[in-house]
Amino acid sequence: MLDACSLASAEDLFRQIPAEARLKRPLALAPGKSEYEIAEYFRSLAQKNANGYASFLGAGVYNHYRPVVVDTVVSRGEFLTSYTPYQSEISQGTLTAIFEFQTMICQLTGMDVANASMYDGSTAVPEAAMMAVRVTGRHRILVARSVHPEYREVLRSYARNQGLPVEEFGYDAETGQIDLADLESKLNGETACVILQCPNFFGIVEDANAVAGLAHSQGALAVYTFTEAVSLGILAPPAAADIVAGELQSFAISPSYGGPFAGIIATREKFIRQLPGRLVGQTVDTHGNRAFCLTLATREQHIRREKATSNICTNQALIALMATVFMELYGKEGLRELAVQNLSKAHYLGDKVKRRFTGSYFNEFVATGDGAPVSELNSKLLERRIIGGLPLERHYPELGNAALVCATEMTKRSDMDAFAETFNA
Amino acid sequence: MIRNVRPHITRNEELIFERSSPGKKGYQLPDLDVPEIDPAKALGGLVRDEIEGFPEVSEVEVIRHFTRLSTWNYAIDLGMYPLGSCTMKYNPRINEAVARLGGLAWAHPYQPEALAQGAMEAIARLEDALCEITGLDAITLQPAAGAHGELTGILLVRAYHEANGNPRKHILVPDSAHGTNPATAGIAGYQVRNLKSNDQGMIDLEELAKAVTEDTAALMVTNPNTLGVFEENIARAVEVLHAKGAMVYMDGANMNALVGIARPGDFGVDVMHINLHKTFSTPHGGGGPGGGPVAVRSHLEPYLPVPRLRRGSQDGQEVFQWDYNFPHAIGKVRAFYGNFGVLVRALAYILAHGGPGLRNATVDAVMNANYIRHRLRPWFDLPYDRPNMHEVVFSDDRQATKGVRTGDIAKRLIDYGYHPYTVSFPLIVHGALMIEPTETESKLELDGFIDAMISIAREIDSDPQLVLKAPHLTRTSRVDEVSAARKPVVRWTPARASETSPAPDLVVAGDGIRRSD
Amino acid sequence: MNYPEDYRYTKEHEWVHLAGDTATIGITFHAQEELGDIVYVDLPKVGKKLEKGKSFGSVESVKAVSDIYAPVSGEVIEVNEGLATAPEKLNEDPHKAAWLIKVRVDGSADFKNLLSAADYQSYIGAET
Repeated sequence: MLDACSLASAEDLFRQIPAEARLKRPLALAPGKSEYEIAEYFRSLAQKNANGYASFLGAGVYNHYRPVVVDTVVSRGEFLTSYTPYQSEISQGTLTAIFEFQTMICQLTGMDVANASMYDGSTAVPEAAMMAVRVTGRHRILVARSVHPEYREVLRSYARNQGLPVEEFGYDAETGQIDLADLESKLNGETACVILQCPNFFGIVEDANAVAGLAHSQGALAVYTFTEAVSLGILAPPAAADIVAGELQSFAISPSYGGPFAGIIATREKFIRQLPGRLVGQTVDTHGNRAFCLTLATREQHIRREKATSNICTNQALIALMATVFMELYGKEGLRELAVQNLSKAHYLGDKVKRRFTGSYFNEFVATGDGAPVSELNSKLLERRIIGGLPLERHYPELGNAALVCATEMTKRSDMDAFAETFNA
Repeated sequence: MIRNVRPHITRNEELIFERSSPGKKGYQLPDLDVPEIDPAKALGGLVRDEIEGFPEVSEVEVIRHFTRLSTWNYAIDLGMYPLGSCTMKYNPRINEAVARLGGLAWAHPYQPEALAQGAMEAIARLEDALCEITGLDAITLQPAAGAHGELTGILLVRAYHEANGNPRKHILVPDSAHGTNPATAGIAGYQVRNLKSNDQGMIDLEELAKAVTEDTAALMVTNPNTLGVFEENIARAVEVLHAKGAMVYMDGANMNALVGIARPGDFGVDVMHINLHKTFSTPHGGGGPGGGPVAVRSHLEPYLPVPRLRRGSQDGQEVFQWDYNFPHAIGKVRAFYGNFGVLVRALAYILAHGGPGLRNATVDAVMNANYIRHRLRPWFDLPYDRPNMHEVVFSDDRQATKGVRTGDIAKRLIDYGYHPYTVSFPLIVHGALMIEPTETESKLELDGFIDAMISIAREIDSDPQLVLKAPHLTRTSRVDEVSAARKPVVRWTPARASETSPAPDLVVAGDGIRRSD
Repeated sequence: MNYPEDYRYTKEHEWVHLAGDTATIGITFHAQEELGDIVYVDLPKVGKKLEKGKSFGSVESVKAVSDIYAPVSGEVIEVNEGLATAPEKLNEDPHKAAWLIKVRVDGSADFKNLLSAADYQSYIGAET
């Protein structure tokens, strides 16, 4: 091959790199390992993590059962190792799956159009805020304090650089729901959007339509986010929202120490050209057969460049495919049944421990410890191989000795009994 | 009416909603071991009606549906992707296996640190390896993809400038840059100033010197550039920028040409992102997930997103902790720590290759691209005659005289069993054909690709219509993208079903099978 | 292609036809030919004030977007609503039926600096 290129040696391949730019020593990395050694190494790493513990952690990442079929499908080389479907004729598999995904997201959220995925819920929220800014021409963003703390931090990181002020409004100390009076006092003609999470970070169910109504009264858009997608199995979708920007990790996506996940962004028909990210549309081929293709690409970075609706290019297609398979397996009835199981499990535990808020909750709630600090209770639980709820003092010091506790369909009654026993001792 | 009249590969498969019927289930939940709660009582008026239109199918129907769908895709497992700047290399399966190990796949980001040491160690090892590979001092693994990394990098640049009293106003972006570059600058709140390349397709030092002012925050550069050519004047360009207090951001999409050969930190780059789903073999998955770590020189370290991984030791054991105490940090660019599952795959790839292996891969990648260049040179116009590295860019000028453009050639390539190369990018080449084979391809595969391209070049001379109407052998022919954009239909609805239900018999050119009734 | 004599043209491929103080503005045949099949037109609302030389909207094909620049300053008094549902009209009849907007001009002095039909055709002849 070197001969074919009229080159004397492999070194000649790099002749155009100036000498001072060249690395003059080998990389300080150990020589390559065999497959067996790699498997062993990662097994040892996995052993150093929790294995076989029951967990009461939620807070944006949930333990739900992953049907085996999900990995069967996404492990197919034609899905796993395929490229972005720019060439429609040889990507109809991916495109069809995304079209089904977009459809189901609309059905779940009650929106008209949805895109092919965002990185995750935490980045979908600022993208939704930027959409609202483009649509309304206003620049103030209002976000509920009961939205996931890390989501709010990401929002701030994005908004700061666009010169978009972000203000928070509070929650009712008794119910845990949004303080509508506080929201109303902060809403004005400069507000582009109001962002709420439902169920909120405390697990409390919000009256999303009431919040949206307030936002609309001032000409602002209502952005609805969620971290627990299973809740959409029984909770009424946000009919009055303008944009939904949430997280699908609950749909057969491994917690995987925080990623990769799959965010979604969905909205009303009239805002479709403001959506960021990829969109799959239905069309026909030259013979009139139904086919799918990426569409409205003029919104995107590769065409619009600095005027694009977002800079997003690679998204989370394979992860969204996991969620697609999950949604089709569970289906209409299954998602509902799954949600009812989650509700039942969490309420079983919620009735056994002291809860901070009186509002309705789905599968998470804030538990308060009377005596010992939550961290101490969690240590005791660890001895029983149980990971307790998330202590909230870092993000919500005003809640005192409190922990966010989650129970899903995977949580065993015996573990809940053990939890309650330790917590109440 | 007969429903199925053809093998699945050309059958007009319905959408899952069209195969749905009430009562079919693909799941089974265990019985509740606690009393069942009535949602209406627990949630008041906030309970939904049924999820209208949601599918109801059985498990076997889901398996068949997706298995059929998958067979309509091209993939690396099926053949070569000569896509320039995408680095479509083989996705090793050991990476999939280790990412799925229970202790890693089920780790919750908030589990106690004492029970997450394995995950944190993986992150630490990857951080170290990528710093060694890039020659930079510190790194964040938070960004979820290249564009996300670009945004993070530019936010770091902004934070530094702000801390030094002047946030500055614009970012310089070469006209050869990937679209994410200017899009990112816009989202980071900077104006974009386009920098015209010189007649070699490289950074024009004179233009650069004129363009850089005290208002310039940074230059975003890709090296090697989108023509696959190493920017020989990168050191001088860096000097010009640093002299005015501006920084150099490198888009690391083309790192597959540099690993083990040259390190961006060594030639003056201040901040760069890496695409784990390109250089480091993590699977594309039809469009993601990716990973876009951002490596920085030490002066940018204080601004890196939180938390940062702290390494310590206790009783001779390595101990890891998450540290949020960085008052100058730009905050977070996403929740939690990054696309951890992707990070694991990238680390497995690096461990499998090791130092010498990574360097060999780079040599092979550059060798392969040069081999293609030399064999295709007699057939296609090479607009910039500079030595190329891991990718080569031709133009369709010669073929355009017969009315055939790069997009048409790409479609005809599909008939030969290859995915197209990158079409019409970079924009500085008229009718670009951007080809990057990667180190994965053997000479046998490369010859197959080259022979196909030469065959197409010949077809353009003898029978251009064959190329213009391609592809002929795919499941669908060219799709109508115009109607898709004029009247976007981005979801299925029951109302629309009657007008768009597929005919049972997919019409495919050239085989004479008629529609049945 | 017929470029009407009583229109004036810009180097950015817009045409403008003045009747009294009302200017009708569109894009030229050459522009739609370069863009290919037009899929969407983004136009300003009635009442919007335009500044000569500044972008007031855009025209999209599948793979490209082109900004449209105001050839004269003034206030938008009418928008061609039909283009929203049938953007293909821009390909069919860019000089007549597919006008984009009507503007009440302030100061017809602007008008004299635009290209005549002959000059525009030379310009695009030289470009290609």
